Amino acid sequence: MKKTPLISFRLQDKLNYSFLSLIALLIIALLIVMITLLFREAYPAVEQFGWGFITDSYWDPAADEYGGLAFLFGTVVTASIAVFLAAPVSISIALFINEILPAKIGKVLGLFVEMIAAIPSIVFGLWGLFFLAPWVNTTLTPFLKSTLGFLPLFQGPSFGIGILTASMILGLMIIPTISSICKEVFKTIPAHQKEAALALGATRYEMLRLSVIGPSFSGIIGASALGLGRALGETMAVAMVIGNSPQITSSLFAPAATMASIIANEYAEADSELHISALCFVAVLLFFVTFIINFMARTIVWKNERRLKSRG
Amino acid sequence: MIRSTSFLLVSVFTIVFSFASTSIEAMTINGAGATFPYPIYSKWISEYQKVETSVRFNYQSIGSGGGVRQILNQTVDFGASDDPLSDADMKSSAEKGWPLVHIPTVIGSVTVAYNLPSVTERLKLDGPTLAEIFLRKIVKWNDSKIAALNPDVTLPDADILVVRRADGSGTTAVFADYLSTVSPEWNKAPGRGKSLRWPAGAIGARGNEGVTAMVKQTVGAIGYIELAYSIQNNLPTALIKNRAGEFQAPTTKAVSKSAEMIKDFSGDLRMSIVDAEGPGVYPISAFTYILIPDKKETDEKLTAVKKFLVWSLTKGQGFAEELHYSALPEALRTQLVKKLTP
Repeated sequence: MKKTPLISFRLQDKLNYSFLSLIALLIIALLIVMITLLFREAYPAVEQFGWGFITDSYWDPAADEYGGLAFLFGTVVTASIAVFLAAPVSISIALFINEILPAKIGKVLGLFVEMIAAIPSIVFGLWGLFFLAPWVNTTLTPFLKSTLGFLPLFQGPSFGIGILTASMILGLMIIPTISSICKEVFKTIPAHQKEAALALGATRYEMLRLSVIGPSFSGIIGASALGLGRALGETMAVAMVIGNSPQITSSLFAPAATMASIIANEYAEADSELHISALCFVAVLLFFVTFIINFMARTIVWKNERRLKSRG
Repeated sequence: MIRSTSFLLVSVFTIVFSFASTSIEAMTINGAGATFPYPIYSKWISEYQKVETSVRFNYQSIGSGGGVRQILNQTVDFGASDDPLSDADMKSSAEKGWPLVHIPTVIGSVTVAYNLPSVTERLKLDGPTLAEIFLRKIVKWNDSKIAALNPDVTLPDADILVVRRADGSGTTAVFADYLSTVSPEWNKAPGRGKSLRWPAGAIGARGNEGVTAMVKQTVGAIGYIELAYSIQNNLPTALIKNRAGEFQAPTTKAVSKSAEMIKDFSGDLRMSIVDAEGPGVYPISAFTYILIPDKKETDEKLTAVKKFLVWSLTKGQGFAEELHYSALPEALRTQLVKKLTP
């Protein structure tokens, strides 16, 4: 028996189409609403401080005077160091799992790495505070001071918590992001390309370098950019181990503060309207920084893809 | 088929019953605010529930600032704050037909914890010296000013690491209030407030637990934390010189004494009680408040809140000691109960 559908197929398609586009547009609308509201909240501070907010690092809630440069500095520095530390480790993990380990064991190891992403950031923060910070203070700092102490980066007093510890925690947190994307990228390399390299007499290391890492360059950059994006916005773990002092220093041992950490620290108990507004201004800045960095990473990826395509 | 019908029946019953039970249940009183008194408020609520079963209390510890904002916006039945409202907020709220009254519930205090394993005697400090340490003017433990207060102690030639709260906090507000009272220099800057501009080199840790951890881990560190944290973590705390010239240890009894100097109860009790006069007083303490609307007309919910507060100020005060809070002095409690009962 043939059933005639309740709604004609053509109408079904139409309904389906409009339903899906509605949901997709809703997300975009939500983003616009959020940005607009944030701007509205930040407006009093924008009006009061203008561009000076970005060039000034004086932050005094008791006197109601605000400048956000130190937070911008803290965020960019910690996130960059985190990626610098995490990217090589993540790429090595991805290569090791994909190319060296037998598939089954690789899967298990991959699962473990991805489990790092499931650890709540407060746990990272506590671990950083109670384990990593004392270790940095008693072991890593003396080592760095004795070997690289001639650099201004590794001078000055250390208390365990500060830029270095925060960056290390962040690095650890973004390893699963970068390594799992790298793994996917490396999987797209056709087997014959690797075999060709080996057939030409390349060692295993040369094969990995020439026919796996080389063609995956844009993918690796993209993965690192996603990791950077996560590191920029990470709040709780950083707030617990960075020392929360809005200052700009050359020493990695010194405490600093990030945009996300100052918002988390001061928003809940902010009394004056201008204080709340200044914190929203910081949030606007954070949004722009994330946007710009993502945009730059995209551009690198696009350019590289085009280059690869034109080459062959 | 049978299985699915019974499943349906069960779910229908569940839904009906859950509706029925909410309608039988009496009103819910919502409160929000300070995190500092949360342990004792939740203890009070659970104990009070055993006596008064017809009212349900729900307290959200979202922070003093949030509690104040919510009670000003009239979205909760009572607010809780470590900081009293400003005159401007009191006035604007009264003009909106929502006058508020402050009811102190317990007294909190801030202790000065330090980590000096070589010092076995308890360290003695006074207000001005404490201010200079936190202003980073005194940077060595064997500074002559600290040594003068501790003649019998051999102080190490070590750097002082100042640890302070990074998050906006009532604890900071009480500590800054005390330092502003005893040191004109501190009063100029950083001044009073829940978030401050600290001198460079003061490490900012998150929460009482963060400051506790930093002080515990770092030899030479000094930080300020709530009394309960220093007791629970067995941290050595400094004896602080009071107005009577005694070096007083932070104990719940000594903290309670800071409210004993209040003789005039007619005001709204928004006063600061740091550096209070009298013997045996521990000088760094402050009230924590519950904020309720000050209305004459009877409102079912307001009456219920007031009854709860009366219970808290009488029977409830007995739970303060075990949770490391300081009870209000007898005289003040009697006055408050009088104020709350019609």
